[in-house]
Amino acid sequence: MDKPFNNKAWFLVLPVFIVVAFSAILPLMTVVNYSVQDTFGNNQFFWAGTTWFSELLASDRFHEALWRQLLFSALVLLIQIPLGVLIALCMPRKGWGVSVTLVLMALPLLIPWNVVGTIWQVFGRGDIGLLGYALNSLGFSYNYVQDVEDAWITIVVMDVWHWTSLVALLAYAGLRSIPEAYYQAARIDGASRWSIFRLIQLPKMKHVLIIAVLLRFMDSFMIYTEPFVLTGGGPGNSTTFLSIDLVKLALGQFDLGPAAAMSIVYFLIILLLSWVFYTVMTQDEDANRKEGTP
Amino acid sequence: MSLTLENVSKIAGRATHIADVSLRLESGSLNVLLGPTLSGKTTLMRIMAGLEPPSRGRVLFDGIDVTGVPVRARNVAMVYQQFINYPTLTVYENIASPLRVSGAPKDEIDRRVEEAAHLLRLEPMLGRTPLELSGGQQQRTALARALVKRAPLVLLDEPLANLDYKLREELREELPKIFAASGAILVYATTEPSEALLLGGNTATLDRGRVTQFGPTIEVYRRPADRITAEVFSDPPMNFVSAEIRGGVARLAGDVSLPASGPLADLPDGPVTLGFRPNHLHLARAEGDTIAMRGMVSVVEITGSESFVHVRQDGAEWIALAHGVHELAPGAPIDVYLDPRKLFVFDADGRLVAAPDRAAAA
Amino acid sequence: MAAITLDHLAHSYKAHPEAPSDYALRRLDITWRDGGAYALLGPSGCGKTTLLNIISGLVTPSEGKVLFDGRDVTNIPTEQRNIAQVFQFPVVYDTVSVYDNLAFPLRNRGIRQAEVDRRVREIAGMLDLNADLDRRASHLTADAKQKISLGRGLVRADTAAILFDEPLTVIDPQLKWELRAQLKQLHAQVGRTMIYVTHDQTEAMTFADTVVVMYDGAVVQVGTPAELFTKPAHTFVGYFIGSPGMNVLPAKIEGRTAYVGGSRINLSRGYPRLAEGQKIEIGIRPEDIRLAPGGDGLPITINRVDDIGRIRIARAQLAEHALNIVVPEEARIPGDGVHAQPIPERVHVYADGHLVEGEA
Repeated sequence: MDKPFNNKAWFLVLPVFIVVAFSAILPLMTVVNYSVQDTFGNNQFFWAGTTWFSELLASDRFHEALWRQLLFSALVLLIQIPLGVLIALCMPRKGWGVSVTLVLMALPLLIPWNVVGTIWQVFGRGDIGLLGYALNSLGFSYNYVQDVEDAWITIVVMDVWHWTSLVALLAYAGLRSIPEAYYQAARIDGASRWSIFRLIQLPKMKHVLIIAVLLRFMDSFMIYTEPFVLTGGGPGNSTTFLSIDLVKLALGQFDLGPAAAMSIVYFLIILLLSWVFYTVMTQDEDANRKEGTP
Repeated sequence: MSLTLENVSKIAGRATHIADVSLRLESGSLNVLLGPTLSGKTTLMRIMAGLEPPSRGRVLFDGIDVTGVPVRARNVAMVYQQFINYPTLTVYENIASPLRVSGAPKDEIDRRVEEAAHLLRLEPMLGRTPLELSGGQQQRTALARALVKRAPLVLLDEPLANLDYKLREELREELPKIFAASGAILVYATTEPSEALLLGGNTATLDRGRVTQFGPTIEVYRRPADRITAEVFSDPPMNFVSAEIRGGVARLAGDVSLPASGPLADLPDGPVTLGFRPNHLHLARAEGDTIAMRGMVSVVEITGSESFVHVRQDGAEWIALAHGVHELAPGAPIDVYLDPRKLFVFDADGRLVAAPDRAAAA
Repeated sequence: MAAITLDHLAHSYKAHPEAPSDYALRRLDITWRDGGAYALLGPSGCGKTTLLNIISGLVTPSEGKVLFDGRDVTNIPTEQRNIAQVFQFPVVYDTVSVYDNLAFPLRNRGIRQAEVDRRVREIAGMLDLNADLDRRASHLTADAKQKISLGRGLVRADTAAILFDEPLTVIDPQLKWELRAQLKQLHAQVGRTMIYVTHDQTEAMTFADTVVVMYDGAVVQVGTPAELFTKPAHTFVGYFIGSPGMNVLPAKIEGRTAYVGGSRINLSRGYPRLAEGQKIEIGIRPEDIRLAPGGDGLPITINRVDDIGRIRIARAQLAEHALNIVVPEEARIPGDGVHAQPIPERVHVYADGHLVEGEA
């Protein structure tokens, strides 16, 4: 045990630090830099201070996009979390069915985002798409390109189709970790299916559900590719979410300063909301821990 | 080789897990950490291993400060309550794994694995995987892996807790012998006083993160430094009665007076707590039993050869351990007898002021 | 409340069992009286958990029947058997209060609120849980949680039997003493049939009036704790009960003398009916051997003396056989020329592992 403290470990993680520095920290600093300046290209910069931030926060366009984004994330969470849990509860717990179900559930997760958008774009078309054609021939008027409601429904359904499996798989993992004794005790106590869910399964799934909620929130809040491919943000601006708006601002109009300011605000909103979710959901445990220690 | 903890504390938030512990463990010694769940045994082991740095204090190995050195840079073997093995590797490969990491030559690995397997009686199992073994064999595999590493510090954290009673008895007898030959510092955590006694060696009793006493096991048992140590180190639990000493007379709760002789002699006047072990509380008067008290039977437990008679006396709950089968009805009055020479005397602060004199008692 | 009868019961996890070793539980016939305290004692893998699961209805036996008060419940599911079970690790409903935990089985059965309240408070009183009724169950210590699991079984008036599956595993030694005594008192108070499964002889013997010792899927002895200790029916029982276990030595019997190697051991009875070719052994409990400084008895060498507080264990050697001897706290251990003197009445003779009754 006469080995001196050795620093080799630091050299081993150094490459990672460098990569992270280039991939995350440097771009972030560039963004911060842009957000307080104005540029017209040619590498000419003018100090703008907080102009972009105050303009952004006062702009109707930003408010509308943020509102749409919040609505979309809320819908996604409200549908996918309960649905995912429900699917997990119905998944087989042993036998050959387990692996079959797992593979089926994993399939949508393996499809690239832009392909998902394309699939649904074709699927929903009234002329050649199975969904659109079928709905129209059944007498429903369905056109996601022109109707705001139809566009929303299509995007939400698409996201549910794409991501509910993730919630289901996480919830399933949580369910699998519950010892058999809990179910036996509940049977002996004469518990109803609902009681078992409320008193055993839900509390024991809590930790994975926190992860599921955070993942789905962050992902849905940053959604870009699928709606961009499917509706391009339309009809009108009705499905223009924050990320689509941001790209329009940055690449479409080349307003780098305002776009940078928006990126930062966007980033802070995600951070803030994730923190709120996490605190609310784990609050109860902290109370436990404090009381538990003598 | 020695391991020294110097005023080690571990504080996390507002909770103190380890409070100012100083210990010196010598190579070739067996050291039991005895204390109830959450008394700090595991945390203390983690600090010894370098899995966790202490909040305060130093850890020295042969006088060299290793406080901040992480576990990977130390040579430590650890065995846990859970049977932890590599599930896909054979028993042979499991035992060989620490040697492979250190890059030992093939024939040496072979020799040392065979040796460890022989000591832990795993030879017929070498080709199997842990899932094909019984719990006892799985834990033997984990122990063999710790042994083969030849680490100067071996930490065993309640290694027998998940095994059957009888298997525990066997391994408990084998373990000290197996590791004694290695010359390592062996640290063994347990919640059970009887296990500490069977293992022998030294014992450190823990209570809420403090080491209340450290010394040869049987001496800690015979002369617990304070009431808490006596409580931690007794199974069945020690009986207590409060008393007042005044002018050479001890007055016990329940209106019993006796001359302050034996351990009670030469004590200053004042309140004390008297402790006595269940096997010294008799149901029939034996030679020297000058204290007689009346109580009430609350419950009787019979082990086949002995009876544990739970006696309620003046608000206190005592246990009398009697030879033979004694069927006594709950609620019945009962007379119990005690030899004052078998008393432990604790002062008002709970410190031991007198213990039974072994020579006089024997 | 119910008497439990196991009628020609056997269980195999294989579809077509043939050899006895195919059975996790070999055939047994047992009747347990209503209100009794029983223990199933044995090492892991002996079949005690399988038997417990058959009684609780989690496993349907492949042969035989389970009767509660004469009623065949073999194919009745767990929830309709009116049994309660306390598991190895505390099973409580973490997110609700202790009160709600105890009330749960009653509410599930549609009992009136006033009655629920009365029962919950009564049982909480018995278990010393009154002060904790409003606390959330997750905040409690392991022993309190085990009491809650037990309480959920006790609140129901119709519980036929309460099953315990190694319930003290996670409890600290000091608290074990309190819980064990409390359990014993509870049994006397409520008079329910209780079945306690464990590998720990102290827990089994102190809890039960009748202990069923199991080994390798079979019942090897049923008896009171005193019977199991003083007259083990099988060398396994002798080894498994008592600590250290019984000394078992290969011997030759002639008249009222047993020969171990070159040493003679007096017996109190004769064994004229021992058949040729049987493996003959004698069993002597470590507690039933006295040490003498010489003269009569077996010449032994003491290798080591373990002082474990209230007794000492002399680890001795008789020729090539190991011999454990329990020495009381205050007795002296003679030095050189020490002899061991077994008490003749307490020396048992075993043929092929089974106890042989002597003849006067």
